[in-house]
Amino acid sequence: MAYSEKVLDHFQNPKNVGTLDKSKSTVGTGLVGAPECGDVMRLQIEVDPTTQTIIDAKFKTFGCGSAIASSSLATEWLKGKTIDQALTIDNMDIVEELALPPVKIHCSVLAEDAIKGAIADYQSKNGIAVTAIASSH
Amino acid sequence: MSKEPMRVYLDNNATTPCDPRVVDTMVPYFYQKPGNSASRNHPFGWEAEEGVDYAREQIAMLLKVDPKEIIFTSGATESDNLAIKGVFEMYKSKGNHIITVTTEHKAVLDTCDKLTESGAEITYLKVAEDGLIDLSELEAAIKPTTILVSVMWANNETGVIQPMKEIGAICEKYGVLFMSDATQAVGKIPTYPKEVGVHLMAWTSHKMYGPKGVGALYVSRKSPRVKVTAQMDGGGHERGMRSGTLNVPGIVGFGKAAEIARMEMHSDAERLSKLRDKLERELTSRLEECYINGNVQYRMPHVTNISFKHVEGEGLMMTFNQNIAVSSGSACTSASLEPSYVLVALGLGDDLAHSSIRFSLGRFTTEEEIDFAIEKLVAGVNHMRNLSPIWEMYKEGVDLSTVQWSEH
Repeated sequence: MAYSEKVLDHFQNPKNVGTLDKSKSTVGTGLVGAPECGDVMRLQIEVDPTTQTIIDAKFKTFGCGSAIASSSLATEWLKGKTIDQALTIDNMDIVEELALPPVKIHCSVLAEDAIKGAIADYQSKNGIAVTAIASSH
Repeated sequence: MSKEPMRVYLDNNATTPCDPRVVDTMVPYFYQKPGNSASRNHPFGWEAEEGVDYAREQIAMLLKVDPKEIIFTSGATESDNLAIKGVFEMYKSKGNHIITVTTEHKAVLDTCDKLTESGAEITYLKVAEDGLIDLSELEAAIKPTTILVSVMWANNETGVIQPMKEIGAICEKYGVLFMSDATQAVGKIPTYPKEVGVHLMAWTSHKMYGPKGVGALYVSRKSPRVKVTAQMDGGGHERGMRSGTLNVPGIVGFGKAAEIARMEMHSDAERLSKLRDKLERELTSRLEECYINGNVQYRMPHVTNISFKHVEGEGLMMTFNQNIAVSSGSACTSASLEPSYVLVALGLGDDLAHSSIRFSLGRFTTEEEIDFAIEKLVAGVNHMRNLSPIWEMYKEGVDLSTVQWSEH
């Protein structure tokens, strides 16, 4: 099985690897997957509360190359988007961008869930009605 | 002039390269000696038959058996099928019970499973944490209806070697046939079926530096005289047990590979176990939280299977797979999304099974390659741990078993 150029690029030079301070009220954390399943994704966003815009995003992922590429891509897409815009990111957008084969689609689903999880965490921390719950796949 | 990137092949349990001496022996049989070994009336047939007979002798010498006890097939999968289905059909009147092990190759497990549709009853023995079966459990599983015990000689994923002689003694005591898939063992360690009481033994040429597409089944002819029902109908080749024109060049190469193995097996094993031990020692001393899977005493000399905790196997392989070929028990390397059933059978949690890498060295592995692999592995594991949220949590002292994971 060969990987697409884009997967390889994100894997070799992952963007936005790291950790944000999860105790800050402006930071939302999404942790999805399980070690037993072979994928754990932690995606964090930092939001400017006045504009509801994502000013920073970081990830760490335990998983295969496609899982790492999916989360790296997600952090790139999140930066600069408003919460509402971020919620429109669909897993199939990731599949298309990275040319993931069918057997790796679950990696993109996980990334979408991590985005929604991070946003939900930010919203609940700040007393904002949670707009989306990560789907359980 | 740019140098070609270094490519190191440490996946010899998947397949071995053909030894050049084997290839040289095969070449004349493609064109100069093109005959069908079953053609009895002209020199083309005779010289093909001579080539096959000689190979059969070379193979028989490696196993210390009679050449007539070697049945050529297309490979280990066919040999496993022929042995198990063939015994089940031939000895149906004696019983329908077969005993095997959860860590067997799929060629054995799926064949047994298929036979349940024809009324077979299968017992799957569990293995201990070190991959070995419990002999008392085997003995307790034998019933009056048991016709066959099938235990692999050495495991493909861990290299763990089962107590063949002890299993043979138990089968002897109860008058049960003993079959072994010895694919990973033949040509690498001594495999003498008569000395351990194995009555049927399946293996293939391409894991012992011979060509692909040719394998064999050893079938005992004396005490006991074992017969298997043919699984293909045709010209009645191979004493009626396996019809089909023989793959003459393949068999000639297989024979040469057996001869080389007989001469060089011990020196290969000694050299490779040193390299394997160096690889293991360097990785486990330079990286935290590495675990060697399976028994380290009863193990093939050229294999090690290591779990690198909190690193996913396929992702890890991606850090070096342009340069180093290994394999992983990670689910992501298969379409099923399930991690290695062999490692799970050893009691490894799914997380450690996902984190495993199998290194299988071979005759052509050099120390320079092992040194290169060590550096690549250390760098790869560190890269992946730097990306791993669970490694970070582990380092912060979080008890991962208390974390509420969202299963998907």
